[in-house]
Amino acid sequence: MIVLSSDKIPISKELDMVVFRNRLKELAVKIGMGLVNQTKLITAASELSRNMLRYANGGTVLMEIIKGPTQNGLRITFSDKGPGIADITQAMRDGFSTGKSLGLGLPGAKRLVSDFEIKSTVGKGTTIIITKWKNG
Amino acid sequence: MDKIPILKIGHFLMVAIQVDLYDRLALNLEADLIQAVSKYNAKGVLIDISSVSIVDSFMGRILGNIANMSKILDAETVIVGMQPAVAITLIELGLPLKGIQSALNVEKGMELLQQKLPAEAPLEDDDSTF
Repeated sequence: MIVLSSDKIPISKELDMVVFRNRLKELAVKIGMGLVNQTKLITAASELSRNMLRYANGGTVLMEIIKGPTQNGLRITFSDKGPGIADITQAMRDGFSTGKSLGLGLPGAKRLVSDFEIKSTVGKGTTIIITKWKNG
Repeated sequence: MDKIPILKIGHFLMVAIQVDLYDRLALNLEADLIQAVSKYNAKGVLIDISSVSIVDSFMGRILGNIANMSKILDAETVIVGMQPAVAITLIELGLPLKGIQSALNVEKGMELLQQKLPAEAPLEDDDSTF
């Protein structure tokens, strides 16, 4: 996988989410991603950045344009140093939430992207990497 | 702090969301709208989201809250102008916005609210005519 461009920003307050979503939109337009896929990606990214803020007191997002075997795509890495997720299987289930939310964030975000990877260590933090290809 | 203006039109309240919604702004809108429904005894709330390019689970929940709270205060809520890409995304996200009425545009949304209005509802409280 070749990384064509890379950009990292911190998410430490709600307004950072707006900046992040706008930046992501620019990158998606730049690689020629269609409107529906753009919307899906940015919605997924919005869910995951909110999780970082709410459960881990913030973190960083790395946005990369990547060149795949057949098409370009965007890969976003969400890294936080929060409490970590004890049971990932449970966290990935629809309707499960330790907070007051609807519990759609993680499973919903996964459905909206092409690839979803999650790594978490209790007490150390969580890293989620999502990829959305230009055409799905 | 940003604020989304709420317009009163006859028995109804209208809101056009034209900025990027962040969580605090959405929560403030929820509180302001419910206060306004009560203050003006509004019978309907119309929310135009045609300029909104992202509705995630948090904002979806706020829209649902507004509809449910208004219902308790005897007002109907109609969401109008949702972009097709947003509708597709909401369903895949798993948020079908149950219980929220929608219409294609402001005009159709207003018609829907008018239909729900009880026929005898007077526009002004006027006790002198009898």
